Formats: sequence, C-alpha cells, structure tokens
Amino acid sequence: MALTLKLNGKTHEVEAEPGTPLLWVIRDELQMTGTKFGCGVASCGACTVHIDGVPARSCQTYIEDVADAEITTIEAMSEDKIGAAVQQAWVELDVVQCGYCQSGQIMSAVGLLAENPKPSAQEIDDYMNGNACRCATYQRIRAGIQRASEILEA
Amino acid sequence: MTVNTSRRGFLKGAAAAAAVLYVGVRPTGPVAASTAASHINPFVKIASDGSVTAIVKHFEKGQGPATGLSTLIAEELNLRMDQINYAFAPSNPQLYANLAFGQFQGTGGSTAMANSYMQYRQAGAAAREMLLQSAANAWGVEASSLTMSEGVISGAGNSAPMGEFVEAAAALDAPAEPKLKDAAEFTLIGNPDVRRIDSKIKTDGSALFGMDIFLPNQMVAMIARPESRGGLAVSFDDSGAQGIKGYIRAAILPNKAGVAVYAENTWAAMQARDALSVEWDTSAAEKRSSDEIKAEIMAALDAAPTYNVNKSDQAATQAALDGAAQVVEQTFYFPLLAHAPMEPINCTIEATADGGIRLHDGAQMPTGPHFAYTQIFDLPFEKIEINTLLTGGSFGRRVTPEADYQVEAALAFVMTDRSRPVKLVWSREDDLRGGYYRPAFGHKVRVGLDADGNIVGWDHRIAGQSIMKGTAFESFAVHDGVDHSSVEGAADSPYQIPGAFFGLTDVEKATSTLWWRAVGHTHTAYVMEVMMDMAAKAAGQDPVAFRLAHLQGDGADQTRLRGVLELAAEKAGWGAAPAGRAQGVAIHKSFGSFVAEVAEISGNANDGVKIEKVTCAVDCGVAVNPDIIKAQMEGGIGYGIGHNMRDQITLTEGAVDQYNFPDYEPLRISDIAAIDVHIVASTEAPTGVGEPGTPPAAPALANAIAAASGTVHVGVLPMDENGVSFV
Repeated sequence: MALTLKLNGKTHEVEAEPGTPLLWVIRDELQMTGTKFGCGVASCGACTVHIDGVPARSCQTYIEDVADAEITTIEAMSEDKIGAAVQQAWVELDVVQCGYCQSGQIMSAVGLLAENPKPSAQEIDDYMNGNACRCATYQRIRAGIQRASEILEA
Repeated sequence: MTVNTSRRGFLKGAAAAAAVLYVGVRPTGPVAASTAASHINPFVKIASDGSVTAIVKHFEKGQGPATGLSTLIAEELNLRMDQINYAFAPSNPQLYANLAFGQFQGTGGSTAMANSYMQYRQAGAAAREMLLQSAANAWGVEASSLTMSEGVISGAGNSAPMGEFVEAAAALDAPAEPKLKDAAEFTLIGNPDVRRIDSKIKTDGSALFGMDIFLPNQMVAMIARPESRGGLAVSFDDSGAQGIKGYIRAAILPNKAGVAVYAENTWAAMQARDALSVEWDTSAAEKRSSDEIKAEIMAALDAAPTYNVNKSDQAATQAALDGAAQVVEQTFYFPLLAHAPMEPINCTIEATADGGIRLHDGAQMPTGPHFAYTQIFDLPFEKIEINTLLTGGSFGRRVTPEADYQVEAALAFVMTDRSRPVKLVWSREDDLRGGYYRPAFGHKVRVGLDADGNIVGWDHRIAGQSIMKGTAFESFAVHDGVDHSSVEGAADSPYQIPGAFFGLTDVEKATSTLWWRAVGHTHTAYVMEVMMDMAAKAAGQDPVAFRLAHLQGDGADQTRLRGVLELAAEKAGWGAAPAGRAQGVAIHKSFGSFVAEVAEISGNANDGVKIEKVTCAVDCGVAVNPDIIKAQMEGGIGYGIGHNMRDQITLTEGAVDQYNFPDYEPLRISDIAAIDVHIVASTEAPTGVGEPGTPPAAPALANAIAAASGTVHVGVLPMDENGVSFV
C-alpha cells in the first residue's frame, strides 16, 4: 500500500505493507543507509531514529503507526544543534571503531542531551544501556556525550 | 622487523592521460617497470590536482588500518592528515599479499601494521623522491636543494604544488632504495593527535558498509538453515510465503545445506523465510549437546594426553610435583563463544558485463572467496573482482577457511538466471546460530611450589576442539599433531617455569570452530594468569612481585613483559586500592605485543561485583597511531570481559540454544566504569594491537574477584553462571 512518511523534514511517498518495520522502509525503500540493522528485536539500538524528537527503535516500529509523525534519522543530525555537537564531539574524541552502531549511539545521545543537558556518568550509563557496541567504544561514548554537553554549554 | 625490505624493488607507472602517479613495492621482488597501472602494485596514488590516496590492502573493521596505512604514506610525503584519503585495494594477492601470510591477501592475527609498516613507508618515500626529482629537472636544480611539505615543493628560489610534477614523475624510474625519514623527523607517526580518517563518515551516516549496498534491480536472499549443523534440505513448501508481497521464490541450495529464499527486499525475505516449511534430513546432523562436549573435554583432562606439546619430561614434572612443599590445582572450562559482530553477515554478488563476477563484501581475506569463486563459476582469477567495503566488526568471523558466507552467496546466485544481483543477508539469529564459534576448551593445571614459594613443577593439560585441523590452514598451523592455536600463550609462555609439562588432547568438534579475537590466547591467558595468581597466594607473595620473579634476566620477552607489568602497576596504584576496592592483575604476550592489565572492582562475588576501572599498559613496538592503539586496548578489554562475564553458546541435541542478543547479552556501557591505557615508548618494530588487549582482561577481573572474596578463583566460565554476580 502507498504511505506518506515525513522524514527529515521531507514528505516521502513509499510502498509498504502494514506491519513493515520502519527500519526496512528507511533502508530498503528510501535507501537511506545510515540507520542500521543489528538485531531486529530492539536489543542493540543500531536502528535508533527519532520519532517526534524522541529516540525509538525503528526495527520494532510499524510503518502504519508513524504516519503522522516527524521522523528524524542520522542523516539530518548535522542540522540539529544537539546533533551537530554530538557529531563534533564524536570526531574530536574518535569515538568510532567499526562504526556500525554509531548512528544509533548518536541518535540516543542526542535524545539524552535533549532531556538532560548535563548528564552525569551514571545518567549516561542508564540512558545509553540499550545501545550495544560490540567494539566496546563505551568509554569514549561516555566522554563524547560529556564533551557534547560542554560544546552546547559554550 | 621480520619483513626483509632490502630485496624489494620499486615500481612506478603512469596512466598518462589522467597523469596519476602510482608507487608501490612488489612483495615478490623487483619486476620490470610497466606503464600499465594494474601491473604496478600501487600503494599510493597521486593525481595531478595534488590529491593523494593511500591504497589500503587491509580491510577496516574498526581496528584502524585505513588511518594507519594512510599515516605511513602521509608521513613520508610530508603531508597533513587532511591531505590524504584512502581506498581499499582490489583483490590481488600477487600485489597486496599480507607479508605474514605468504601469497594471501588478508587481515588477521593483528598483522596489518606489522607487515605494512616498512612497505607503505617505502612507497611514500619513493613517491616523494620521484616528485622532488621531477621538480628538480623542471627547474634545473639539484633535487637535494628542494623540499616537499604539505603538498608544495620548494627550494632554490622556486615553489610549486607537487601535483604539477606528477606527470613527469610518472615517467621516472622509481628509486630502488628510497631514503626513509628518520624517526626524529616524524610528525604523524607516534602523534597522539592524529585522528581517525573515517570518523566523520561513521558519525554522519554516510559510511557504506556491506549491508548498505543497493545495486540496481538487486534481490535479497536469506537462507533457511537446519536446526543443527549437518542437516540437509530435502524439500520445502512455500505456500505460506506466496502471499507475502515481494517474495520471489525459494530454491534448495546445490549443497542442500539450506533453502535460499529470494525476495525484492529484506523484510519480505525475512517474512517469507519464516513462512517457509522445510523438510530436513537430519541423519548426518550433529546431535550432541554442549553438556556432552563439556563432559568429554573434562574427561580428557584426566586421561593421558595425546600430545606432549614441548616434548618435555613428563615423569620429571610429576617427580617435581611429588616433591613439592605444596601443590596448587585448578580446573577450567571455556564454553563456545560467538563473535557476534555488530553488522550481521552479508555480501552482494553480481555478474559483470564482460562475463565475470563481482563480489561486494567486507572481505577480511579476499583471496579465499576469490579462489572459491574461480571454482564455483569456472572463471579465471582475473574475471573475478572483489569490492572491499567497510565492515561492522568481525572479531574473526568474516574469514573462514571455507569462505562460508561468500560461497553461500555464490550458491544462491547460481540458482538464479544471474540477471539480477543477489544480496545475501543474515539475521542476528543466523549469526548466533550459524555454527562458527570459539571452540570449547578445558584446562587442568597443577603447580608445585617449594618451601620458599618458588615454582618447581607445572603440569598443564589442555583438551579442546582444534580450529585448524581439517582446514586448508592445517599444514601451516599444525605440527606433530599439535594445533598451535590450541596451546599458544601457554606452552610458549615467557614465564620462567621449571619442570613444565604441557599435554594436549583433541576433542571431536560438535560444531564449526573458528578463530575468535585472540584465538587460543582467549583461554590460555586466563589459565596462566589465574594459576600465577593462585600460586602467588599459596606462596604468600604479592601477585606482581611473584610474576616479576618468574620473568628474570635480559630476554626480550621477559624484559618487555616486566616493562608493561611495572607500568600498569604504577598507573593503577597497585596495592593501594581505595577502601572497598580490590585489584587483580594479569599480563600476557600475544601477536608480538605485551600487555598488562589491572582490574579494580568494588563489591564481591556474592553481593555483586562492579568493575570500577581497568588500567592497561601495552608495548606494541613503535606506536604509529597512539590513540587508535588506546582504542584497541579499550575495545579488546571490553570484548574479553563482556563474554567471560556472561556469555556462552550452548547446544541441545546439536541445536544452538541462543537466538538473539537477549540470550547472548553484549557488554553494555554500564559494565565497566573506566579504562585507562598507557603505551610503553618503544623503537621496536610495530606489532599487533587488535587482539592483544583481550587475553589479560578476564583473568585480571577473575583475580580481582578472588582478591575481594579472599578465596574463589573462577575456573568455569562464564562467571555469572559460576558463582559471581555483577551489579
């Protein structure tokens, strides 16, 4: 069926059956590949996007449930004040290794900083615990969020 | 440095129309100059606009060769890092062999920097000399009067961008022995401020991984697999899949190992596969359970070992133990472990216009699938092309002796009319249940101490599933029946242990085994370091002092291990942990590098352990990219600790019990509060960093837990199912 999707400020006409996860519409239909498939069961966070500004796992979000929502992906983060700060911090600290999970990490980090501009280490751990990184870049993710917080404060 | 560079000649060539200068070192020795770019083994490409590209022969799974090899080229060309880009080399083992692997192009064993260090520096230096000579010729001056810096050649009253001389340089003979920069002149090698070359694309969503390939008109294929290894597809019923929009068809693979499900997109393929009903012939399928494997391994530890690994005097060891003042004994078991890289396995295959085959793959060892494809497609080597892409982790999984998933993709492709590219996609469930695991191993060790606490005997039995036997790597890794990867890190330990005996018994494989980050060291380091800790405790000695006492003299291994141990102990504040904290130490040599780690915890095994800090010291020779080395230690520590805390793969009647991350819980951000890495300054040749951080991590944690509880050293892993709770 034809659906309308509001993504990164643009309206897309897509073809997808009800019950299709948003992840696969973003990746396979729109061929926007920054959002990643990692587990398909909302257990790794690689597929994290924002739905109306709030981080959500796109692998467990059905397409028909987001028809009226504003969806934001990693590709639009450089235009977001917090997103740009997080990306800047990530590059400064070389957070990434393989990089496959980092879109999701950044989407979650932006969500955290939007609701808590100066998170403590414990608050970062609590918020980010659902985003797995098999390279174990966690220590730099923690530092990256704190650095982004500083950038935003300046 | 094991790579002899003195006999290697340089080649250059030019694609004259594009005015591109390629320079490289041919690993097999000097070859007549050629003007055909494809014949000159390019490591560095310079275009007339001055843009420089490092041609990276190793794949990038996050461990840093794209940055590292680019750093070497940029250093010798006197460029800033923002003046160089990188591209992955095509599959061509004649030109891009890993010098540690013979005629194989590939990445593994933490060799990327070690085998490339001189090769890429020489390529960069040769390019620099050729450009300077061309400028000198143009200006009628001596090349020695000119310098090149940040892309500009200047001197003797002249100055011009180096790109202006690319065309002329391409016509020169390459210097046979270009002069490398002196280490004192380095601005990039060893510079902790050099950043990763791929950070930006990996933070803005633009990095292209294998999973991100979308070729025009491509299909997605997923494979329905048997519940346990060895099952064969007999028939299938796809009536349930017929109504799924995007489902194309299904077909039994030629080797019957599964049923390929073809669809227009990934979601349709997933749904159709779920809807497929397959009849399996399980007569040859594995039916054993992991409990049976474990029992077999543990029984083997108490029987006479098949192999006397070091051909040492077993009776003398027994006599030493009989005469010891005390004997410390411990049994260990290490379960199967999955690699579980973040990016599920995938690759994409297409027919080319000239009748060849192109594979798009995060190819860890392109030579493997390349040769396999010559057989499957009956094509000459040059008709097969491999496009190497970024890959979302590997930890060893993306190279198997059988080129398993690339062959699977090829089999799925040959079942089609080849008019459409086929993208093979594995799910996380496929990955965890897909049958390649760190083998299960058992160890049993008895250490004899004299009245003064000195080690007088060490009887060490190892039993487990060989990785190398029965593979193409057998002749390379198995000697006198002993698979080196089963005993590495134990039987060749740098510790000075009198009266040592190492016995090995192979246990039949119940599932496919594979190298997993740090290979045999993943279990041997744990055993050696927990035993040293137990022996130190029995001897009434400090664990650091006890280790130092068994690493005496001027030997390079002992000296460098002492160096990292002393540095880690100092940085960790060894022996002066804050109240409520306990420390444990472990050291290990692997892949040519030396690592010491001190784990500091709060809590205890009963009430819950919290890992407060891991302090690491590493000696990996010249530290080319110090910040990447630190990152590899951080990641290696996390990989070692996470799995040993709580992960294992188990089998019930041959079928893997785990499905997805909830059953194989990854290390999470909250698990380790801090990691602090220190690098020992060294002028030795660079050695590995991708793997060496992993082996000492879990034993350091185990030793800290024992220090906190006062008694328990965890012998059976994972820890959380064997008496340790974590908070």
